[in-house]
Amino acid sequence: MKLYLKYLSIHIKSILQYKTSFLLTSIGQFLVSFNVFLGILFMFQRFSNVEGFTYSECLMCYSIVLLSFSFAECFFRGFDMFAGMIGNGEFDRILVRPRGLIFQVIGSKIELTRVGRVLQAIVMFCYAIPRSGIIWSASKVITLVNMVFGGTVVFAGLFVIYASLCFFTIEGLEFMNIFTDGAREYGKYPVNIYGKNVLKFCTYLVPFALFQYYPFLYLTGKSNQIFLAFYPILGGLFLIPCYLLWQSGVRHYKSTGS
Amino acid sequence: MIKVEKLSKTYQVLRRNAGLKEAFQSLFQKEYEEIRALDEVTFDILDGEMVGYIGPNGAGKSSTIKVLSGILTPDSGTCVIDGRIPWKNRKSHVREIGVVFGQRSQLWWDVPVIDSFELIRDIYMIPKEKYESNLEELTVSLSLEQIIKTPVRQLSLGQRMRCEIAASLLHSPKILFLDEPTIGLDAVSKLAVREFIIQLNQKHNTTVILTTHDMQDIEALTSRILLIGKGKILLDGSLTNLKEHSRNQSASLDEIVAQLYRQYEI
Amino acid sequence: MIKYISFFRMRFINGFQYKIAALAGIVTQFVWGAMEILLFQAFYRTNENAFPMEFSALTSYIWMQQAFLALFMTWFWEKELFDSIQTGNIAYELCRPTDIYTMWFVRGMANRASKALLRCVPILLMAYLLPKPYGLVLPSDLVLLAWFLFSMLLGFLVVVAFGMIIYGITFYTVNPMGVRMVSQSLAEFLAGAVIPLPFLPDSIKKVVELLPFAAMQNAPFRIYSGDISGKYLYQTILLQIIWLVIMVVLGKIIMHSALKKLCIQGG
Repeated sequence: MKLYLKYLSIHIKSILQYKTSFLLTSIGQFLVSFNVFLGILFMFQRFSNVEGFTYSECLMCYSIVLLSFSFAECFFRGFDMFAGMIGNGEFDRILVRPRGLIFQVIGSKIELTRVGRVLQAIVMFCYAIPRSGIIWSASKVITLVNMVFGGTVVFAGLFVIYASLCFFTIEGLEFMNIFTDGAREYGKYPVNIYGKNVLKFCTYLVPFALFQYYPFLYLTGKSNQIFLAFYPILGGLFLIPCYLLWQSGVRHYKSTGS
Repeated sequence: MIKVEKLSKTYQVLRRNAGLKEAFQSLFQKEYEEIRALDEVTFDILDGEMVGYIGPNGAGKSSTIKVLSGILTPDSGTCVIDGRIPWKNRKSHVREIGVVFGQRSQLWWDVPVIDSFELIRDIYMIPKEKYESNLEELTVSLSLEQIIKTPVRQLSLGQRMRCEIAASLLHSPKILFLDEPTIGLDAVSKLAVREFIIQLNQKHNTTVILTTHDMQDIEALTSRILLIGKGKILLDGSLTNLKEHSRNQSASLDEIVAQLYRQYEI
Repeated sequence: MIKYISFFRMRFINGFQYKIAALAGIVTQFVWGAMEILLFQAFYRTNENAFPMEFSALTSYIWMQQAFLALFMTWFWEKELFDSIQTGNIAYELCRPTDIYTMWFVRGMANRASKALLRCVPILLMAYLLPKPYGLVLPSDLVLLAWFLFSMLLGFLVVVAFGMIIYGITFYTVNPMGVRMVSQSLAEFLAGAVIPLPFLPDSIKKVVELLPFAAMQNAPFRIYSGDISGKYLYQTILLQIIWLVIMVVLGKIIMHSALKKLCIQGG
């Protein structure tokens, strides 16, 4: 933990060297997600609800997804940028240091410009909460925390998968954007609106629905089943295959060195 | 003590051709080429030895270094360093070695050098007293006092290399791998780096393995030379041995090596 | 001219080299389009009457958008150009006898077109094969197709001309990132890349449709799907031409005065 803080302090010091650039990138992050917000706003001016979900509910859903995505991107950026780390030999350096590989990858890249998105998420959140009609209780707060946390874990897992694939090839990994950027973009609405097949996919293959749709039903009072609040934890199991893939990637790297 | 026996490693490399037609063809079929990077490489290195590892580009130098530093697992053969197998006991092995990649930096670009040093201290969990005395010693012998508080991006190449070397030695490794440590340096920096390495070896009995294309480095630093070509060790001996291979006694070291490369067709 | 053709050819070959990447890109865009359609379908199911365009027109719009993404996305910047402006290497370009505006313009076109050409065919084909109402509908007659292609060319030129203005403005700023970020976010939304313009509230829509951004992807895609037709079609095309002329002239003025300033400063 102390070492992680050390990494963090170096990242902060680096950013302070480029204050304008940091500020502008953060604003840019804000603007991009602001566009998505505008899209939602205008859609709901035309349609009062979608599949029973109201405007403020969808905003809340989007802010939860955006928040977890930003956290994952901020703290697990090393995996997201992994192709570069292999390319420039940074990963070789990590291999010759006596600490865990995953820990070092996490520490070596912390993307603080994502604060722009976090801010956007929080603003939408503050806007949506009083309008959502949710009666807040301890269990609802726990649900919310679970959702954000579970989402961060799932997105982090996807980044790890991406990084693991980088060991084998760096060609064609653009398709991973479907799951990362795609989930952020389309996670603005509860995933069931995309139909049964997408919901199944997001439940059993890539567990987006486990931190988004199911607990969201409980959060918005559409369901009284409290166990739905703990689905995000179930989604954490997703990390197991991600870790195994990572392990096999490292083995592959050590046997080819490229 | 480093003991390497019959180390072999083969890579598969994708072949690519130029041109639109060829590019289109490669949509459907791929050609692989096998490259034998290491071919039964065998050598021993004693504690405190300084060894120059030379050979043309792609001869297998960096593959060897990667195996010795635990980054690469060989196909066959053994390598034991102070009782450890590098690729099996990664963490305990790398604690005892230092690696300088001449063309890559381990320092953080935008922060003062000292911040990178402190991070390395925490990564290696170097005890406070040891860190301080090592830092003191390295600062003096590499003359870092003036530059240690400067962000890396503002340093000259020579200054940066001195810092890189210091960063690799903070945890007092027993073995130091230097991969082209003098590449691109000016004469003054080169001499300073060489002098420091000799001093390090004498004082701490650190084993130094050096890969370089600069024959002056070899001449100044090493008592023993390993020549590798096409994955095979072709020559293992002293500088004098190397010179004996040349018919022309007045030839420079560069000429002798070039002639050897031609002779072995590597 | 030969120079531009060989530049285009090189890009194209390069694209083939990375065919797996291109394939991945195609798959990504296909999934993206599918998700977008499913999303709009949910709204359509919820309230059919509030839907501002035919559902099949919407699907065509989305597939076109995915197929020709490289032609119309405003965030497709050439980093080299920004860098050369930033570092002042632009001065070397000025030594050459070619007109820099034209050169960059053609370069921008080649860059986008080569990328789009590789990707559009498979996407259009796949989209065409999808069952109704999800698939791409062929245009009803050849005249419409001709109008669509003409409008698409105009839209494409407007996008490149818009990019040129932004490059030009960069000369006057310390950090190009700010201008770039704001302009691209704004353009994305107003061009109908986030949601098609018919989905905007009517009062806003009326204004937005007159802006240059509506002359980018909005015009050709809606012409294709028949959402814009009749008298309205001529209006749209005319508006595209007007905006193209204005943006090219504006871009040239900005670029020339920026270069003049650079000459005086840089000597």
